[in-house]
Amino acid sequence: MRPLICAFFTFLIFPGAFAQEDLMDMINTKTSESINYTTATFKSTRVMNGHSVEKMPPGQLDVRISHRFGTLNSGPYQFFGLDQSSIHLGLEYGILKWLMAGIGRGSYEKTFDGFAKFTILRQSSGARVMPVSVSALSSVAVTSAKWSDPGRANYFSSRLSYVQQLLIARKVNQSFSVQIAPTFVHRNLVSTELDPNDLYAIGAGGRMKLTKRISFNAEYYYTINKSSYMNQTVYDPLSVGFDIETGGHVFQLIFTNSLAMIEKGFIGETTGSWAKGDIHFGFNISRVFTLKK
Amino acid sequence: MKRLSIVILLLDLFISANAQKYMTKNGYIGLFSSTPVENIKADNNQVASVIDISTGEVVFQVLIKSFKFEKALMEEHFNENYMESDKFPKSTFKGKITNPAAVDFNKPGHYDVTVEGDLNIHNVTNKVSVKGSFDVVTGGIEANSKFIIVPEEYNINIPTVVRNNIAKTIEVTVAMKYAPVGN
Repeated sequence: MRPLICAFFTFLIFPGAFAQEDLMDMINTKTSESINYTTATFKSTRVMNGHSVEKMPPGQLDVRISHRFGTLNSGPYQFFGLDQSSIHLGLEYGILKWLMAGIGRGSYEKTFDGFAKFTILRQSSGARVMPVSVSALSSVAVTSAKWSDPGRANYFSSRLSYVQQLLIARKVNQSFSVQIAPTFVHRNLVSTELDPNDLYAIGAGGRMKLTKRISFNAEYYYTINKSSYMNQTVYDPLSVGFDIETGGHVFQLIFTNSLAMIEKGFIGETTGSWAKGDIHFGFNISRVFTLKK
Repeated sequence: MKRLSIVILLLDLFISANAQKYMTKNGYIGLFSSTPVENIKADNNQVASVIDISTGEVVFQVLIKSFKFEKALMEEHFNENYMESDKFPKSTFKGKITNPAAVDFNKPGHYDVTVEGDLNIHNVTNKVSVKGSFDVVTGGIEANSKFIIVPEEYNINIPTVVRNNIAKTIEVTVAMKYAPVGN
């Protein structure tokens, strides 16, 4: 009789003991069932000088002010370059979930520029695995500085240059992201016959998060067929710096050997060298406004 | 005697198998923070939950990335900086109705209840006691509740730079519509 009563009570208690875990299992969505898209590979739309895979979300406007001082080796009289400055102003807008466009104006050769950047692939894990995010950038720049020789036959088309870039990035983990950018620059007019109109470059950049809001960024563009610019030796642009994010702003502090802040300028026209101390300190300030909810 | 005990055992299984469960996978949870600087609102319409009316047990599962904000930047900061959704993708609640006798799930009507249990947010579990109500209607059960969460109690640190943009207490609104599960 007694073993039977024990069995009786066991059956009473048995289903109840596992109740809450049972209930949770009914609604537990395994992470492998849904597609988990990677977000925030970089804190802003630029790695340093060059673009990152990040875009503005639709309806958001990014107001950008970028500044590069003179070179550190200009000595104490020029206050180590702080007395001189080159600036770039930009307005960049997210049009669709996969498309953003921007316009800008820089004091470097008084250049106006415009670009469109769109998403081709998004990095994801879970139900569909994609190891990288891929975006494409297409931009055009128009210099507006006065012609050096007004007596010559000068054409408007000579002011134009075009850049096509493929941006391939991977968020390796919460702290570390890396990006490769094969780039093609076409300049309608170059200074001498020896300078190539078409430049090929490969950019490599990355960021390492130091705290939740500060990251260390670095970027290098290896220009394959660079020659010279305005009779000066051209070097590959190398930039290092920090991204500091505060609510609606992202501040990027930069040390770079390039004066220009657009692709056409820093790829193939960088005449400064890190070894000689031609290092410009500068910053990019990005402030995001929501125009359309 | 042996036949009687077998019958009793079988009856037992029959009783426990009849426990009624109600479930939803599209429940609503909203977050609201109000400060003089700005209001922050987020909606999640993919909340999953189960109620076992025989035991009064309630479980919730919320995917953090399913909270939608009007401003995309807010959503990014919410996931990246505050909730760390890549590390802790879900928030869960496991609890029980403290006054099950006050509710008759088989009779349509409005019942005020208190639910007590473990609330897990951002990998921190705290015991909470929440006031809410059940409305038994044709075809299912509706549950509603409004309660306060203090982000600091769940290790969610808000830096001084944006301290004035986010309230010290967040108002959570729950609105669920459950349907019976065939068991």
